[in-house]
Amino acid sequence: MKRTIFRNQLLPWLLLAPQLAITFIFFLWPAAQAVWQSFLREDAFGINSTFVWFENYRRLWGSAEYLNSMKVTLIFAVSVTVLSMGVALLMAVAVDRMLRSTRIYTTLLVWPYAVAPAVAGILWWFIFNPTVGIMPYVLGQMGIRWNHISNPDQAMTLVVIASAWKQISYNFLFFVAGLQAIPASLREAAAIDGAGPIKRFFTITFPLLSPTTFFLLVVNIVYSMFETFAVIDSTTEGGPAQATNIMVYKVYFDGFIGQNMGSSGAQSVILMLIVIALTVIQFRYVEKKVEY
Amino acid sequence: MIENRPFLNILAHLVLIFGVALVALPVWVAFVASTHTATDFSSGTIPMWPGPHLVENYSRMLDAGVSTSGTPPVGQMMVNSLIMALAIAIGKIIISILSAFAIVYFRFPLRNLAFWCIFVTLMLPVEVRIVPTFKVVADLGLLNSYAGLSIPLIASATATFLFRQVFLTMPDELVEAARIDGAGPMKFFRDILLPLSRTNIAALFVILFIYGWNQYLWPLLVTTDSGYYTIVAGIKRMADAVDGLPQWHLVMATAVMAMLPPVLVVVLMQKLFVKGLVETEK
Repeated sequence: MKRTIFRNQLLPWLLLAPQLAITFIFFLWPAAQAVWQSFLREDAFGINSTFVWFENYRRLWGSAEYLNSMKVTLIFAVSVTVLSMGVALLMAVAVDRMLRSTRIYTTLLVWPYAVAPAVAGILWWFIFNPTVGIMPYVLGQMGIRWNHISNPDQAMTLVVIASAWKQISYNFLFFVAGLQAIPASLREAAAIDGAGPIKRFFTITFPLLSPTTFFLLVVNIVYSMFETFAVIDSTTEGGPAQATNIMVYKVYFDGFIGQNMGSSGAQSVILMLIVIALTVIQFRYVEKKVEY
Repeated sequence: MIENRPFLNILAHLVLIFGVALVALPVWVAFVASTHTATDFSSGTIPMWPGPHLVENYSRMLDAGVSTSGTPPVGQMMVNSLIMALAIAIGKIIISILSAFAIVYFRFPLRNLAFWCIFVTLMLPVEVRIVPTFKVVADLGLLNSYAGLSIPLIASATATFLFRQVFLTMPDELVEAARIDGAGPMKFFRDILLPLSRTNIAALFVILFIYGWNQYLWPLLVTTDSGYYTIVAGIKRMADAVDGLPQWHLVMATAVMAMLPPVLVVVLMQKLFVKGLVETEK
């Protein structure tokens, strides 16, 4: 809170006007529309719609496809988070040992942040392309037949790798910052007491890193649930057989391609509730509870 | 360094070199692919070293593109991407610095409500409200325009929060001194706040430029006229179109050109980039 302020009454509204206008027109109004849509059911021609209360939600709950999408989203989000955070933590711990070469390694590791998710998807799609890619060739030598176009598990593996690859740089930067914030004296004391590097990592470094880890956990879940749309769309498009149809992709698919507005609206509302919950966790819990 | 363990140092270097290679692998493969001709792929697997067709492939894509895919030349798509990225980055910075100034330096009725209206935009990513937002933009007649590409993505709670945080740390004495000298709010904003926030603005610009350049779903939906295609959204159309007759060397050339500008921004402005990334997450 500022003690000294300006007293104008009209000016602040003029300053806020552009942001509030855009927020209302492109955020709040469409969100309200999505909520309203979720209670309506359109007829086959899209002319009349009737108010059906929670019918759309009830149908979602009974829809095997939607339950499958939830399961796929869960597997996808957990895999992306664990893979990208695990690799990033390994790199960060290694960089933390370096004295002179920290900068050069950091530069070489952070640039994938700038690669668009859609481009990341295309790159990995190409590498794993069953006819011309290098990975199917390498895997073929080891006796594994790779075809993500027909094999659901391999399709999932592909989108997880593409999404995690792009997120490593982000996690790496935050882990490095977190490691540097840990006082060296603590680790030195443990070393004097005879604790080896591995024991020091698990008893001192990792617990002290928990605020960073928890923060990244939330950020990565949000990333893998919402920002990976482009990865899915530029590679598998939700297939094969719904194997990679994450919830965000299904909202788009049912709304734009399936033209099922009621169901798409209900799915939007469910996703909004998930984002709200994650945002609250991020702001409330991350800031205050995880302390040492 | 706590103790000298040469073995662990070598292991750490090995881990990092492996990591760097892993991270670079897809881009290397794409780059190599973009320097060959279509016939080089038909033999089965692709080569691992660059071929002689680099200039030929890239200049062809920049000037002409793949006519059969319905996408315009890459040069034009890059200009569109640049316009969109700059509009989003500059637009976001302007509207959020103004609203943060209003929220921090004024007391007025409904101030908290205004703040909350901005706050909830955090919870409404475009992917979630995509169908109704598209309808609004269509009703406003903004499809196939630069305004339609950028304005709906301009509102941002994170940028407003960042500037609010920056302004809250500025000493109160600045305002007092300005008022004693007879400066009005806008003069204070222009001559004191803006110069003091310069590095924050620059750091935020780097992050927002990357964000704008990498937009995918929104450009894909609001542009049906190929004159407005952006490069990131255009690649997908190109890859779809070449499915019948794989032109992977041209798609990969486009992919390399699509990631070059934002990657250069990160590498050349690494300090500002890290600062921006850490600040926007606070």
